[in-house]
Amino acid sequence: MVVAAIISLSVKDLLSAAMIFGIYGFLICLLWAEMGAVDVAFTEASVGAGVSAVFLIATIYNTKRKSSD
Amino acid sequence: MITKVFATIAVVITGSLLLYGVTEFPSFGDPHSPPNAGVKGGGESVSQYFITHTYKDTKVPNIVTAVLADYRGYDTMFETVVIFAAGIAIFVILRVVGDNSDPTRSGEGKRTSPITSDHNRIIIGTTCRIVIPIVQLFALYVVAHGHHSPGGGFQGGVLFGASFILLALASDLNTALRRLSEKNYFALAAVGILIYAGFGILCQVLERNFLDYSILQKIFLTDGPEMARSHSMLGVEVGVAFTVTAIMFSIYANLSSRGTLKNGL
Repeated sequence: MVVAAIISLSVKDLLSAAMIFGIYGFLICLLWAEMGAVDVAFTEASVGAGVSAVFLIATIYNTKRKSSD
Repeated sequence: MITKVFATIAVVITGSLLLYGVTEFPSFGDPHSPPNAGVKGGGESVSQYFITHTYKDTKVPNIVTAVLADYRGYDTMFETVVIFAAGIAIFVILRVVGDNSDPTRSGEGKRTSPITSDHNRIIIGTTCRIVIPIVQLFALYVVAHGHHSPGGGFQGGVLFGASFILLALASDLNTALRRLSEKNYFALAAVGILIYAGFGILCQVLERNFLDYSILQKIFLTDGPEMARSHSMLGVEVGVAFTVTAIMFSIYANLSSRGTLKNGL
């Protein structure tokens, strides 16, 4: 999970950063399900790993794909 | 370069302070920690109160939903308003009303989607035709069963909105907008909040506090205030789900089409 977070911050290609961020959201969801907070895990799976990744990708398609910094 | 060094130093110091603070926390699931066992000399803790009283008060097995929609219903109502405000903000910032004849943008609207071949369209279209009803059915189940199993208005609303986004991704934005037009989704979002606030005002009309559902047994004709609270939670969750569905789709529609609501991804 930490590795996914660091990769999504450091990778230059914004599209792959968004995908890895989705993976990070899914791993957090698994962590919460493991800790017994099923409602939070469900929210994270739908919002964090699903819809927000779609929003990021939709935004990236309408802007430049490569990060400049 | 120097700013990066300073930023790294600041991050390291803050992170180590936070990690140092974490060591003072009680360990995960410790039954003797103050949030679980209450402070010495005080009464029972908040979590003990909810665990022992929720089912007695509301007949709702899912304590999380009961706390969200009943005990702190006021908070959740304004969370829904925040979602609505986010949708309005994105509308205000991105939406381009009218036909944009801006020369810098005219070429981009005609950009073909990556899927141009007919074969791919058939496979994706058929898959989505099968998957979308299942997603929507599951979303309705999550909303309607939110007070008995994990889930509720927010999750179900997001799932339902995601089914529209899936439709927009699989074909194009216009197909999805024909199902749920811009006028309709903002009306749906407003109706969702009005349902929630309506439950609150209904309680006030019956001379109780705002969102004190137990008085609604006179209207729902349930056997006792507990079931009235349970049913009101379901109604409130439906309101939340309306708003979240509409706003999720509106954010996607505005983001993917640069606010023109034409030729999305």
